[in-house]
Amino acid sequence: MKKTYNIEVDCANCANLMEDATKKTAGVADAVVNFMTQKMIVEFEEGAEPKAVMKDVLKACKKVESDCEIEF
Amino acid sequence: MNKKQKKMLTRIIITTAMVVTLQFISVTGILQMLLYLISYFIIGYDILKKAGKGIMNRRVFDENFLMAIATVGAFVLAIYSRSGDYNEAIAVMLFYQIGELFQSYAVGKSRKNISALMDIRPDYANVERDGKLEKADPDEVSIGSVVVVQPGEKVPLDGIVLEGNSSLNTSALTGESLPRDVKQGEKIISGCINMTGVLKIRTTKEFGESTVSKILELVENSSSRKSKSENFISKFAKVYTPAVCYGALALAVLPPLVQMLFLGQSAQWGAWIYRALTFLVISCPCALVISIPLSFFAGIGGAGKEGVLIKGSNYMETLSQAKYVVFDKTGTLTQGVFEVTAIHHNEMEEKHLLEYAALAECASSHPISKSIQKAYGKEIDRSRVTDIQEISGHGIVANVDGREVAAGNSRLMQKFGVEHKDCHDAGTIIHVAIDGNYEGHIVISDVVKAHSKAAIAALKHAGIKKTVMLTGDTKRVADKVAAELGVDEVYSELLPGDKVAKVEELLAKKLEKEKLAFVGDGINDAPVLTRADIGIAMGAMGSDAAIEAADVVLMDDDPMKIVKAIKVSSKCLRIVYQNIVFALVIKFACLALGAVGIANMWTAIFADVGVMVIAVLNAIRALRVHNL
Repeated sequence: MKKTYNIEVDCANCANLMEDATKKTAGVADAVVNFMTQKMIVEFEEGAEPKAVMKDVLKACKKVESDCEIEF
Repeated sequence: MNKKQKKMLTRIIITTAMVVTLQFISVTGILQMLLYLISYFIIGYDILKKAGKGIMNRRVFDENFLMAIATVGAFVLAIYSRSGDYNEAIAVMLFYQIGELFQSYAVGKSRKNISALMDIRPDYANVERDGKLEKADPDEVSIGSVVVVQPGEKVPLDGIVLEGNSSLNTSALTGESLPRDVKQGEKIISGCINMTGVLKIRTTKEFGESTVSKILELVENSSSRKSKSENFISKFAKVYTPAVCYGALALAVLPPLVQMLFLGQSAQWGAWIYRALTFLVISCPCALVISIPLSFFAGIGGAGKEGVLIKGSNYMETLSQAKYVVFDKTGTLTQGVFEVTAIHHNEMEEKHLLEYAALAECASSHPISKSIQKAYGKEIDRSRVTDIQEISGHGIVANVDGREVAAGNSRLMQKFGVEHKDCHDAGTIIHVAIDGNYEGHIVISDVVKAHSKAAIAALKHAGIKKTVMLTGDTKRVADKVAAELGVDEVYSELLPGDKVAKVEELLAKKLEKEKLAFVGDGINDAPVLTRADIGIAMGAMGSDAAIEAADVVLMDDDPMKIVKAIKVSSKCLRIVYQNIVFALVIKFACLALGAVGIANMWTAIFADVGVMVIAVLNAIRALRVHNL
């Protein structure tokens, strides 16, 4: 399942780091962070609960870039 | 500017004012240090906080960490050496923040510009309910609803015109400035602007499936497909930052130790630590990391404005490397409609020959009959025609003004035993015999688009090595069109499956680096579009299948748009490479100069912030593609 989320991030490198962090989160099959459109497309693993996974994703992203926001 | 940016601007102004004032008032010692420290914290507190958090999360080596270490180091160095020169530490932080502010402003601005270019989303739909008009969210309008579009409004949903005539401005969708006329019964697509008359439309699609939504979705997702250059840069940034950090550490520790222990000189700790700090300031990978995706985004946005939708940065990259362009003939280079192109008459006058043929064909709805009627151009008086017989696969026999007219192919002529001439022109030939006498023939062919020839020539000019045309048409027709247009190679009489095989053959022959683009109308060549390195669908307005299958979508069917697409991509990639080379060369040069002690903190600031500003400005150039 693929979902798109609006995000808020200020620097392009941070967006790359967020992408890496999201990819490593459990329950995420693949992720793309689009800095220019401020969007994050997350592909969840089968059976994963998006809401719960996104909480972990946000936590992981906050670690690499404390200023970022993800709307979900 | 948003709130965050305004706050940052205020901090920058306060700090600048403080630093300037401090130059003119004479305070010394602890007080001076405290005042400088205050201005340092005003400008840099968030960076220090982020750096601290980074360390807590075991994530060192990000740019905040670099800036924090470099400026704190410079500050400590100034205290330690009692020079009282705190300006450098504050200046580094100040310029870094100015750079960040500029970057965030420039990116925000271009993001807004690009979204404005693609401002085709309709805000509302005037739905007719029980004879009254109500404004509704386009999302909530169901299929089959009746919608009224006033002049000046956007067409909210795809549909069919029930009532009214008007001109539509399609420039936001196609980049084409000529208005398009619509009348009752015609299809209309969402996103066009209604210009002259009131239109009543029955919707045929939901908003989510409408052309506007498809296009917006495509544009919004486009920069999510990352190009090789983007992947290269993010990989590079991952290795580069830690490498420079270790380099700086080595620079701070090793040379002084060597000097002290082996050469018997003084260690010069201060000088070497200063060089190491310079190193750290230079090392920030911002310029690269921001300017590459920004260039692609701007390029995709600029192309979108011209009616060329590129589905991703990776396709932008492939398109710029295209060396072979393969065309489908019908509908791509030709209009895909039939027209009378020549009339070869015997003794009868040309217009009379056409008149008889048109009258004989008046009851048929075959495309060829229609084209003859269209060429005749006048109202057809059906009372002049009697006894119409359509002989399938042959043609038509009818009685016109009491004379027996036979119009059809050579088989029809043979059937009637009429001697006929073959034509040297390529195309479909309609022979006409009246009362058993051969009167001549009419040549009907698919018409080449007005810009096809110029487009082929422009492609050559833009560096395309070879143009190839594929068609299911007969060899004679294909060769003639190819020669007329100046296409290099032509393969005719192909079945749809053969086209895939032919493209595969061409793919196998070329070098890996030279990419092959296939251009089709997207209706029945979807397999070929997917098979080619890059598939370009044209005239795709309203055709979902084409939008799905292709990598690049041309909104109208002008072949010059192919040239435009290739030029836009080359310009964009040129800017990307310029930025990569420029940023790397300056950074490495400054690193080298910093290591030997020639470059000071100020050079370092230029290498970081200056390069970024220039790279961002250069990236925005990719947006301007109108005159390419």
